[in-house]
Amino acid sequence: MSEILNKDFLIKITNVEKVYKMGNGTFKAIENVNLSIAKGEYVAIVGPSGAGKSTLMNIIGCLDNVSSGEYFLDGEDTSCSDNKLAEIRNKKIGFIFQNYNLLAKLSILDNVTLPLLYLGYTNKVAIEKAKTQLEKVGLGSHIKHKPTELSGGQMQRVAIARALVTKPQIILADEPTGALDSKSGDEVLKMLEQLNNEGNTIVIITHDRDIATHAKRMITVRDGHITSDEINNKEVRL
Amino acid sequence: MRISQLFKIALYSVWSNKIRSFLTMLGIIIGISSVIILVGMGKGTQKEISDQISSLGTNLITVSLTKTATIDAGDLKELKAKPGIKAISPQITSSNVNVKAGSKSSTTTIEASNANYAEIKSYTVNSGRFITNRDVENRYNVLVIGTETANNIFGTANVVGETMYVSGIQFKIVGVLKSAGTSTTGSSDDKIILPLSTAQRLLKTSTISTYYVEAESQAKIDTAMSYLKMFLNKKYALRNLATSTTTDTYYRVLSQTSLLTTATSTTKSMSNMLSGVGAISLLVGGIGIMNIMLVSVIERTKEIGTRKAIGAKRKTILAQFLIEASIISGFGGLLGVFFGYAGAYIGKTFFATSIVISSNIVISAFAFSVLVGLVFGIYPASKASKLNPIEALRFQ
Repeated sequence: MSEILNKDFLIKITNVEKVYKMGNGTFKAIENVNLSIAKGEYVAIVGPSGAGKSTLMNIIGCLDNVSSGEYFLDGEDTSCSDNKLAEIRNKKIGFIFQNYNLLAKLSILDNVTLPLLYLGYTNKVAIEKAKTQLEKVGLGSHIKHKPTELSGGQMQRVAIARALVTKPQIILADEPTGALDSKSGDEVLKMLEQLNNEGNTIVIITHDRDIATHAKRMITVRDGHITSDEINNKEVRL
Repeated sequence: MRISQLFKIALYSVWSNKIRSFLTMLGIIIGISSVIILVGMGKGTQKEISDQISSLGTNLITVSLTKTATIDAGDLKELKAKPGIKAISPQITSSNVNVKAGSKSSTTTIEASNANYAEIKSYTVNSGRFITNRDVENRYNVLVIGTETANNIFGTANVVGETMYVSGIQFKIVGVLKSAGTSTTGSSDDKIILPLSTAQRLLKTSTISTYYVEAESQAKIDTAMSYLKMFLNKKYALRNLATSTTTDTYYRVLSQTSLLTTATSTTKSMSNMLSGVGAISLLVGGIGIMNIMLVSVIERTKEIGTRKAIGAKRKTILAQFLIEASIISGFGGLLGVFFGYAGAYIGKTFFATSIVISSNIVISAFAFSVLVGLVFGIYPASKASKLNPIEALRFQ
């Protein structure tokens, strides 16, 4: 840990708590969470279902506000308006979901173009950038296809292209291999690893410790708390 | 995000649900086309009536007596001498009169009057002559026949000098009227014109309740009308200051201009009523749009969640759905305009309905349809924009 303490932190979470209203009472999904992630890290957040990792992901992904505590992303306070959060998601975060969440009626090119349009690019520039990105993930020849015409692995590569196209600060992957067979899953993990080697910060959320071992740092969440935070020993991975 | 890009997205979404979008549009299509056709019909009727009234001559004054009074030849002479009055024709009419020539018979309408009648009613004789004052004085059994009646019983309009029977009495045809065509009140060519005195004997009546008066010019109409009223007040022993409600129970004096105003206001309220009916169907169409948009928002919850996750702001989602609703209603409006025109064409060509479509009504109907989409799109669009992205993404 010591070698990264001095770096500028990209994600700085201090004493964060998230409380949900459940009927008459309240439910603390996470509490007393402190977490710092530096630029260029590859972090896995791991834990059983219901441990609070999804809540943590929603907060890191600026999909939700904290109930108390602080979250600074890239030096920016995230306790702000809905509108501002949408802007942060657009510019700084690239999402990769378990079930891809591609828009089924749009071609994969249009899917990858969309975040750029929300950023305010002209059609021409956006399409050019999206094409380049799709070529990078090896789908340059499929750009007119609809997502449903592709395999799961291909769809997840489209999602990765969509996440990368805005050049975000963090790639946030929620169970990215959950819906894939092991071969396509390995491909996706290899791609994430390569992206990390190129300097991208990656946070992957999973319940599967085997997948978590692909990351360089593993944070374990249990019952709403961070129970361990360790550097992965590459040898363990085989 | 740019408006043009939003339009593209919205258009794409409408297009990818073609059938549903079309069914949603139907309400608007029906609404707009019925507004156009109904208002067009109202306008058409209005135009037809005003054309018909002004074709009768704008110098014409009609006097109808509600309570009978004897107006003799001396009275008529006295009236004719008044300033502004050019000619007077008493008129009696009788419908469903049996006419017969040879073996063929038919029923028609009798109009009976004097020699001035042709000029006052703008009748022209195609062949032969019109009724003369000599015919009236001597109660000659002569008549002028309309082309349709002539064709009905003779099979030809060339019948001057022929003999025919009216209610069993023998008449000689002295003239044939020029064809005037059909109008809303039926054929103008199915009638016979008799000398007033002959008709009075034939119909066994002496009451005359309608007089046509021709003013010297349009500018003299008011003068002529006030003399007529003065005369009639004297006749009925009414005071000159009697209000029109009082005099109405005795007589009415109407100029073509006042008839025109009445007819116009009647048809105007009719066309207002018709556009009201159309507006209601537009309202129903609007509710249909809202309904479908609400369903669509629920169905596309995941799409909305995804869009939000990758950076769509509330206002972007709001705009997308609003534009979608207005595309549906606006396109429905365009189709409605098209079907309105088509309906008007069919009505004109096959049913001889007179329909006048003004560009005003087309433009405002279209603008209104877009507005309907915007108004009824607000609720579903704001619902979509307020979706929580986390819950929306989790939605199955």
